[in-house]
Amino acid sequence: MNEEQQRLEKYLNASTRQLVWWRYKKHTLAMVGLAFVVGLYLAALFCEVLAPYDKDSRFFDSVYSPPSQVRIFDKDGAIHRPFVYETILDIDMETQKMSYQENTDTMYPIKFFVRGDHYEFWGLWRSDVHLFGVDKPARLFVFGTDRMGRDLFSRCFYGSRISLSIGMLGVFMSLILGVTLGGVSGYMGGWADSVIQRVIEVIRCFPSIPLWMGLSASMPPHWPGLKVYFVITIILSLIGWTDLARMVRGKLIALREEEFVLAARFAGAGHLRIIFRHLLPSFTSHIIVTVTLAIPGMVLGETALSFLGIGLRPPVTSLGVLLKEAQNVTTIALYPWLLIPVLFVIGIVLSFNFVGDGLRDAVDPYSR
Amino acid sequence: MLAYIIRRMLIMIPTLIAISIISFTIIQLPPGDFLTTYVAQLSASGEGIDQAELDALRHRFGLDQPIYVQYFQWVWNFVRGDFGHSFEWNKPVRSLIGERIALTILISTCTLLFTWIVSLPIGIYSAVRQYSWMDYFLTFFGFIGLATPNFLFALILLWFSYAYLGMSIGGLFSPQFIEAPWSFAKFIDLLKHLWIPVLIVGTGHTAKFIRIIRGNLLDELKKPYVTTARAKGLSETKLILKYPVRVAINPLVSTIGWTLPELISGIAITAVVLNLPTSGPLLLSALMSQDMHLAGSFIMILSILTVIGTLISDILLAWVDPRIRFGARESA
Repeated sequence: MNEEQQRLEKYLNASTRQLVWWRYKKHTLAMVGLAFVVGLYLAALFCEVLAPYDKDSRFFDSVYSPPSQVRIFDKDGAIHRPFVYETILDIDMETQKMSYQENTDTMYPIKFFVRGDHYEFWGLWRSDVHLFGVDKPARLFVFGTDRMGRDLFSRCFYGSRISLSIGMLGVFMSLILGVTLGGVSGYMGGWADSVIQRVIEVIRCFPSIPLWMGLSASMPPHWPGLKVYFVITIILSLIGWTDLARMVRGKLIALREEEFVLAARFAGAGHLRIIFRHLLPSFTSHIIVTVTLAIPGMVLGETALSFLGIGLRPPVTSLGVLLKEAQNVTTIALYPWLLIPVLFVIGIVLSFNFVGDGLRDAVDPYSR
Repeated sequence: MLAYIIRRMLIMIPTLIAISIISFTIIQLPPGDFLTTYVAQLSASGEGIDQAELDALRHRFGLDQPIYVQYFQWVWNFVRGDFGHSFEWNKPVRSLIGERIALTILISTCTLLFTWIVSLPIGIYSAVRQYSWMDYFLTFFGFIGLATPNFLFALILLWFSYAYLGMSIGGLFSPQFIEAPWSFAKFIDLLKHLWIPVLIVGTGHTAKFIRIIRGNLLDELKKPYVTTARAKGLSETKLILKYPVRVAINPLVSTIGWTLPELISGIAITAVVLNLPTSGPLLLSALMSQDMHLAGSFIMILSILTVIGTLISDILLAWVDPRIRFGARESA
């Protein structure tokens, strides 16, 4: 009984944030999604260390190498710590077909914190320590290599870094646009409201991909990678803000007649102060949900554009740029591991959806 | 009803004007005008063009006029059905896009029908049998369908059928029919190929619709009128199909508005992967070679299509749901 009382007390004294977190934790899929998202963001942050090779280092004698076979049994059947064999490229002179043979003489165990390619970590300091790897001449290609003999595993994480950051940056810009325009529209009403609503309607009836294609194809091809990156982000968020603006507007219309707004007005608060200090904080959770659910759209948009060849361009490496290599059926039939970045895209989209759904259930006071 | 339709069509006009301005802006965005590209192409192939001829061309296409005059000229030509000239193909745009637009419409209509036919029974099933293993399975399947973007799904399907079934599923026609004029045999051939893009583009939307129907139906099933009907002894099938399902379908009609742009987007990019003779691949190549009249016309026509689709969905919705109809009459 006493225990139950304590629990009730804990429940009654809990802050909103704690309540939301408790409710969120019950949602298994949302927790899985959260773990994946956090894990991938960490991996993207530290990909220089995590990746065994640099994204641009090329192995000319390991072109289109299949994923390395990690073994624990040697050729006599004895158990070892995980190791790989050195692989040797073998080209059939008649058919020009490439194949890789394993040289089973020496074993190369997978080691942690090995020295490899040099990198500049976040532009702060130089290092050459990688989380895991194997000694030369063996190579560890967890996902195989691409057309230029670059390690796909490393490139996938470097690609996730760019794709995820585009999602974040794009959503951030949508957030600014959406909250500002939705705020003006909902709080002021009148002609400003009608104009903004018309604009939203027009944007929403454009098929997004043809419009994105049109906008991004008009970028001159000689622009540097960073500039293209920012313009692509702006293009994606130009369409993405409408959902957020609609949500903010709806909430503001519902809330602006409340007594606390009136009280703030009597106390002499200006319109901006009322919107940002009193109204927006009352539905921050809803904004977070909408933003979470908008990120996968941004990631997909970037992937689609880069896949078509009008988004990011090499040497910038994003998931879409990686998938562009896998455009041709015959290529992927021969080298199916080039499709692995697809799993990253699906994972990102799926887990953001799970997180968003979980959050929505957790912050909604009317749900059980 | 008529008043509502007229009012709704009047609202369309500013939208169409805005669309035309955006499309025109996209045409104008690349540096230089399209004659610059043309001249570059000519000089690349070793042919020269003298200044007088260039000026004549410039005058013919109205490029020596101020920008707003060019805009009005473009819109006026568009309304008359003259979409301009494609320099890449050296043909009028109109002759290039007609069949492709028609195929795009065909695929989007089929996909829409497909998603409804599939999602309706599944949605009803998973709402009525909530938390059954089938419901869980379908929900999981739906999530995968939602998360896999069309073009990646197309890519995976393409690889799978090529590697394991030994056939290529790209294109909309068998090789012998590609250049052939329309005939009944060609139509049958089209139907044989059509299901693949329909399946690919439709999967994500089917998943979305299942969730919408399931959610709405669950809300409806809890309402007192369902209990009343049950108490009066109405059979369960008749009860569900006659009342709650009808209410739960309403949002489906209203979603055509945002479904159509997504469908057309999805088809555009899936078509590039599957090499379908629809608008997507030609739009892409037009954008790549800065054949802007062709690209602009595509973007404009695809957008107009979605606006018309939204109009149809609104009219359907007003027809299905009297509340909207009467609301419109009061304010009209």
